[in-house]
Amino acid sequence: MATGAVDEARLRDLIPGVLATLVHRGADFATAEDAVQEALIRAVETWPKQRPDDPKGWLITTAWRRFIDLTRSDTARHNRESRAADEPPPGPTESADDTLQIYFLCAHPSLTPPSAVALTLRAVGGLTTRQIAQAYLVPESTMAQRISRAKRAVSDVRFDQPGDLRTVLRTLYLVFNEGYSGDVDLAAEAIRLARQLAATTDDEEVAGLLALFLLHHARRPSRTRVDGSLVPLAEQDRGLWRRDLIAEGVGILQAALARDRLGEYQAQAAIAALHADAQTADETDWVQIVEWYDELVRLTDSPVVRLNRAVAVGEADGAQAGLAALAELDPMLPRYTASAAYLHERAGEFSTAAVLYAQAAAKAQSVAERNHLTLKAATLREHL
Amino acid sequence: MAKYLFLKHYRGAPASVNNVSMNQWTPDEVQAHIQYMNDFAKRLQESGEYVDSQALAPDGAWVRSDGEGKPPVTDGPFAETKDLIAGWMIVDVDSYERAVELAGELSAAPGAGGKPIHEWLEVRSFLTAGPKFTD
Repeated sequence: MATGAVDEARLRDLIPGVLATLVHRGADFATAEDAVQEALIRAVETWPKQRPDDPKGWLITTAWRRFIDLTRSDTARHNRESRAADEPPPGPTESADDTLQIYFLCAHPSLTPPSAVALTLRAVGGLTTRQIAQAYLVPESTMAQRISRAKRAVSDVRFDQPGDLRTVLRTLYLVFNEGYSGDVDLAAEAIRLARQLAATTDDEEVAGLLALFLLHHARRPSRTRVDGSLVPLAEQDRGLWRRDLIAEGVGILQAALARDRLGEYQAQAAIAALHADAQTADETDWVQIVEWYDELVRLTDSPVVRLNRAVAVGEADGAQAGLAALAELDPMLPRYTASAAYLHERAGEFSTAAVLYAQAAAKAQSVAERNHLTLKAATLREHL
Repeated sequence: MAKYLFLKHYRGAPASVNNVSMNQWTPDEVQAHIQYMNDFAKRLQESGEYVDSQALAPDGAWVRSDGEGKPPVTDGPFAETKDLIAGWMIVDVDSYERAVELAGELSAAPGAGGKPIHEWLEVRSFLTAGPKFTD
């Protein structure tokens, strides 16, 4: 037995395996998830005083007992026969496939993306409902309802059916994109879950997503100033980039690309890697970046990708080429006006750019973005 | 303690004293304004009077029911809309006087020429959920 503070991230690493074991032994997912969550809370309370030699075994036993209690009270209420035994039955514990099934279930296609995100953070990530609610700035009771509705929605899904890895990846992508607000760092959480997933699967796109997360996360220290204002990529202090994360991300990406089964996350990661590779903004290999955007357009046919491609074309072939690429797109696209402002600025058309930056500020989707665009407009006007 | 809402209007409020649109400000003036707003919110957080603040996008639409079984009707944005909310701050303070004092400070955020805007903010009190024991 050891004592000392509990490493919560490592503790939470055990969660999907523990939950998978309970479900594997016949527990229903919704009740098992509640039981695991309560075992987790007990672990955080008791382990600092007395840490078990076999943490995972302790969690399984504690969660199983709690599951029995929950089932019994349920049974008493509904006057049903108890189906469960007191102690965990002997037999197989969970396998890697079972853990993967937990991921599939929490990102099941029948769930809306916000529900899949909430359920994944709780049942796979082991976060409390309160932490998830704080991270998404909604009341705890709202988040509790969202999670219990999601659990009900997947309660009839058979555990042995193959799942869809793409919805799992999309769910983790959404978690990562949310960044951080409150005391939970969702980007770090998404990385932790993607690592765990990569350890359980042998899939190029899982590797691609993990690499993409690492390469983006590496730039985070340089992306905002102390006052919260945004720093564009070209102006970021590259000395602040996390070289360890970049090296890890590039290594994972190269191994994935070598298997020659390209997907959208690998292509996005390749673009991030090319940015990470440039010692200065001027050294960026925009020609190669445009080639990767061409791959991404082929893979996704997404208008947002085409918009980003137009900006990259502006860097590779000159602002007029970028504006020509932009002209083929729908002006209602998010950030279309901001991209047009940037390309006109690069073309030396400062008065047009100033007007467009001000218009883009009015369409901004965040306060930080709005402030940034307002300042760009003011700076250009000052130099006219 | 009582909660008050400070409403900032894009349009519809009486004209500010320093009534120059942000689209005419210099970068330093924009920066100073942003800084003032951040500092103000931070100070209220530290004094325990801050509840929430939100900024709204200028585009919006009017929506109403069109009867059972039909999708709602949306319309707008209406060019003739006289009033347009830009955002709000909610404070939880001891008195109406304190709310007015804070709204006054918020209104003095710097604008063109680094001088206070003196814009008009609308101060509204929240109705409470039920009569209090002390009422």
